[in-house]
Amino acid sequence: MSGATKTGGRSRALPFAWKAVKLLASVALTFLGLLFVTFLIGRVVPVDPVLSVVGDRASQAVYDRVYIELGLDKPLIQQFWIYLQKVFTGDFGDSFMTKRPILDDIMRVFPATLELATFGVILGTILGVPLGVLAAVKQGRLADQVVRVVGLIGYSAPIFWLGLLGLLIFYAKLGWVAGPGRIDISYEYDITPATGLLLIDSAMQGKWAAFGNIFSHIILPASLLGYFSMAYISRMTRSFMLNELAQEYVIAARVKGVPEWRIIWVHALRNAAVPLVTVIALSYAGLLEGSVLTETVFAWPGLGQYLTNSLQNADMNAVLGGTLVIGVVFVGLNLLSDLLYTLLDPRVRRRG
Amino acid sequence: MFHKTKWLAATVASFTAVAAPAAWAETPADTLIMAWSIDDVISLDPAELFEFTAGEIAGNSYETLIGYDPMNVSDISGKVAESWEVSEDGKTLSFKIKEGRTFASGNPITAADAVYSLTRAVKMDMSPAFILTQFGFTADNVDQMIRQTGDYTFEFEMDQAYAPTLVLYCLTANVASVVDMKLVQENEVDGDFGYNWLKTGYAGSGPFTIREWRANEVVVMERNPNYSGDAPEMARVIYRHIPEPATQRILLEQGDIDIARDLGPDEITAMSSNPDLVVEDGVKGSIYYMGLNQKNENLAKPEVAEAMKWLVDYETIADTLMKGRVTVHQAFLPKGFLGVLEENPYSLNVEKAKELLAEAGLPDGFTVTMDTRNTPEITSLAEAIQGTMAQAGITLELIPGDGGQTLTKYRARSHDIYIGQWGPDYQDPHTNADTFARNPDNSDDAASKPLAWRNAWDIPEMTAKADAAVLEGDADKRAEMYIELQKEHQAVSPFVIMFQEIEVMAHRKNVSGFVIGPSFQDNSFANVTKD
Amino acid sequence: MTATFSRREWLLSEQPASRRQARLGQGYRTWLALRANPLAMIGLAIVVTLVVVALLANVIAPYDPIVGGDLRTERLLPPSLTHLMGTDEQARDIFSRLVHGSRITLMVVALVAVIATPIGLLVGTTAGYFGGWVDTVLMRVTDIFLAFPRLILALAFVAALGPGIENAIIAIAITSWPPYARLARAETLTIRDTDYINAIRLQGARPVRIIWGHVVPLCLSSVIIRVTLDMAGIILTAAGLGFLGLGAQPPQPEWGAMIAGGRRFIIDQWWVVTMPGLAIFVVSLGFNFLGDGLRDVLDPKARK
Repeated sequence: MSGATKTGGRSRALPFAWKAVKLLASVALTFLGLLFVTFLIGRVVPVDPVLSVVGDRASQAVYDRVYIELGLDKPLIQQFWIYLQKVFTGDFGDSFMTKRPILDDIMRVFPATLELATFGVILGTILGVPLGVLAAVKQGRLADQVVRVVGLIGYSAPIFWLGLLGLLIFYAKLGWVAGPGRIDISYEYDITPATGLLLIDSAMQGKWAAFGNIFSHIILPASLLGYFSMAYISRMTRSFMLNELAQEYVIAARVKGVPEWRIIWVHALRNAAVPLVTVIALSYAGLLEGSVLTETVFAWPGLGQYLTNSLQNADMNAVLGGTLVIGVVFVGLNLLSDLLYTLLDPRVRRRG
Repeated sequence: MFHKTKWLAATVASFTAVAAPAAWAETPADTLIMAWSIDDVISLDPAELFEFTAGEIAGNSYETLIGYDPMNVSDISGKVAESWEVSEDGKTLSFKIKEGRTFASGNPITAADAVYSLTRAVKMDMSPAFILTQFGFTADNVDQMIRQTGDYTFEFEMDQAYAPTLVLYCLTANVASVVDMKLVQENEVDGDFGYNWLKTGYAGSGPFTIREWRANEVVVMERNPNYSGDAPEMARVIYRHIPEPATQRILLEQGDIDIARDLGPDEITAMSSNPDLVVEDGVKGSIYYMGLNQKNENLAKPEVAEAMKWLVDYETIADTLMKGRVTVHQAFLPKGFLGVLEENPYSLNVEKAKELLAEAGLPDGFTVTMDTRNTPEITSLAEAIQGTMAQAGITLELIPGDGGQTLTKYRARSHDIYIGQWGPDYQDPHTNADTFARNPDNSDDAASKPLAWRNAWDIPEMTAKADAAVLEGDADKRAEMYIELQKEHQAVSPFVIMFQEIEVMAHRKNVSGFVIGPSFQDNSFANVTKD
Repeated sequence: MTATFSRREWLLSEQPASRRQARLGQGYRTWLALRANPLAMIGLAIVVTLVVVALLANVIAPYDPIVGGDLRTERLLPPSLTHLMGTDEQARDIFSRLVHGSRITLMVVALVAVIATPIGLLVGTTAGYFGGWVDTVLMRVTDIFLAFPRLILALAFVAALGPGIENAIIAIAITSWPPYARLARAETLTIRDTDYINAIRLQGARPVRIIWGHVVPLCLSSVIIRVTLDMAGIILTAAGLGFLGLGAQPPQPEWGAMIAGGRRFIIDQWWVVTMPGLAIFVVSLGFNFLGDGLRDVLDPKARK
């Protein structure tokens, strides 16, 4: 999506080191831009940041003191410069709301988002790839149409709505899954946080009752996210497979009498796997974003909810930090998918 | 009932060849779990905290100098203090501290702790500090004014002879909580009075200690082993941040929590018929009102202000949209306060409103905006008012925003109409008179911003009356003064005071002993039991 | 002699006599291919219905979408013949609100397209045409916007501008243009060195004129198709903002906001949340079916 495709033409001749420097520079520039945009947004919000610190009932003297403490009396550019310097020393400031360093907050909420999105993308891949292959093999026939419609439905349904209905049906009415949140409070203190990914932590510590509880909490939101990523993955798999199945080596294999299932599931899929990795990485990034709405519905204590809360409380340090982290992950995943593509695909390598 | 979740968990667990225990959908017997929207907590330091949730947490984990019976607010008694005396000139109170009691840390509670706590709050000068500084304290003079006179005695000297009830009620507020001086000083960094530690820490002597607060997630409290009163039955009390009433209801019905704290009228109706649940309520001090900015030339006309008071369908709203959550109340002092005015003269009367508008020279109505906080409750209230105003030709345009946005505008006096809530800061009538009926300086750069100022309502005479009531030592005479003040206020003020809040909670049938007090800091779960 | 031909033959002629005939013929062939695709036809029907409903909202809606009925007797009524989709907590008819809400949905989609398309075209063609540092700077800016997850950027913008449907539209537009810029740039790169453009340049035309007069029209069709494919995404983003309370504000009958308002009643009054959700779902499904069909028809690679 970024880097490799764009610089494609000219950069091929350049030595690898130079390429890496260029890439790093462009990533750094992107981050600087990211920082500036978020910073600007933070300063034009029509909410008084002092109020979110001191509250409504504070005296004017208190108000004035905090105003100066926050550096709001300085010109905008100077404020940005101060902010930049701090960020480079790893200091994102304190959150007005939680009274803790932003970085601590993010480290605490990010694993929740990561766990949910990872679970989602795993489900999406497990379901999406076979469905995509099926659609490609049965191109134009009923199975293809069904997979297509199922996929398009995934593209069309508002995720927060499905989430609400899912909670209503599977939690409130049927009681098949656990409700909002990551874990029942009674299990929460059984687990010593290690990775922050509760499924892994509980499994490693052998707390199987807690594991079951965590699983029954995550399964519904993860299935929803999984459905959305399945929609995208199955569609792309279909298109890659169609491409592969039309290649000469497939025809040659058929002539040689290689069984059809082997051609499809081994030869063609192996070649389609290369671009698929890219697609899965992209859909992973998409899920991190989609988690904002999902986390709101499922009271999931992750980055999305943290960000929404901070936004509504004009906690700009937190908003800046959170957006930056999501931006970094997003750019990182894009970069990774580009790199994987260049590294894995023999054709790209050969051409380059 | 066979629970499908159990089955699911068991299946999952059996994959790993370990059986899941059957404990599900039931909270532990020694733990009380509440679902509440706790996103208003910004600090746990008693010198700073000022919000509903934090107030309740502090009320159950710290002790104030003075307390009152939540069932009868006029019954004032000592908590940390054993007794007190008012000097003859009425300016000095001498306190004696109860002996032989300790903080959760094991440190003894002495007069030094009480003096430290009060002077600390004044010197730190955070949001609630005005409750103390209104008696004439400043960072410079407080060490002379509040002084220790013995191991268990100290004096509290004010700049004027304020009504003793006012002073005592102020000393029941969270800001007057007694903190553990030794512990706080151990955690002091660069003369910060231990603030950076205490804002998320704990140094009190109440029935519970605060173990952990994770913003917008959870607050965990544990039984205080050194509490001097009866030990609570609950070993642990947990607040879970669940913003959605509907979610809270499901959690409660499923038995995942013990108490749901934010319930809309429709949840209340649905839950009252559930045999496993009990719905309880208590009147709170919060007032719902609309503030009409007098900078707007239409709203500045007295007839228009009165017309608007006739254009709210108080009864219907209280019976439908906000059923069980509010009671109609039209004076600035909430029920339960000294000198409350309980008459509600206004009701929906479109004809009368139209006449008044015609008198004001606006027979065809006018268009005006209203800044509305985008919570479901305030929004639906505003939409209903929008409907009745339209009947008299007033086009009410809602400008929604989150709390910070609407408040920022309100405090800048750049609104037309503001709809919102006001909760008293302490149990004395002055708290609301101070904001609704006092405006010592109506200039744009005034130092204090009471509600009267925010609506640019210039009232030198009423301000003087409110000031006089503060110094009246006789409680009956004082009550009379407040009733007069409210009557006048009700008739002429640019405030459409509509409702008083009722706090509602629903709990599982096996939970009992939660006391709903008149303010959130009086809500007590020290005596909660589960069977 | 055209009169003797049927209109169909004229359109499908292998030797079009004019540019107009060629273009119309191309369009007609696309239409024929599209018509053979049942999903695309369903999609088209949904989109046409949406437009008709939006146009005739006043005629179709049986009740006022803003002013509700009697709070004491008409609140939260289940679907019935008098209220096809029931009523909400302000005693308003949900069906009427959905019908009027279609106008908001349509307006969002149309305005986002009208704002984002020119921005994307301008940035993309300028970058592609000039190359060099102009290209680097513009594409770097585009990358910055692309680096943000879209909903989060829109969220941040709305927070800065204040909640409201206009600001939501602006925010969505601001976050939608980068892919169009990318596309326009790629198209421009293939066009800029063609003989046709070179000839115009030699005639002394200035860059602004070349870009607006010649490059943009050539990129337009592919960008427009891309925008159409994005419409469902735009609807969902707008609904998501509405759901978070940052889009259209009450009492406006925006579908996402209706879901947000109704979620308090989901357990006992399921229709308050379900109906607007269905509306969003059906309409974006319509746009997706249509877009999917269009892609099949227009993209030669997918057609085979």
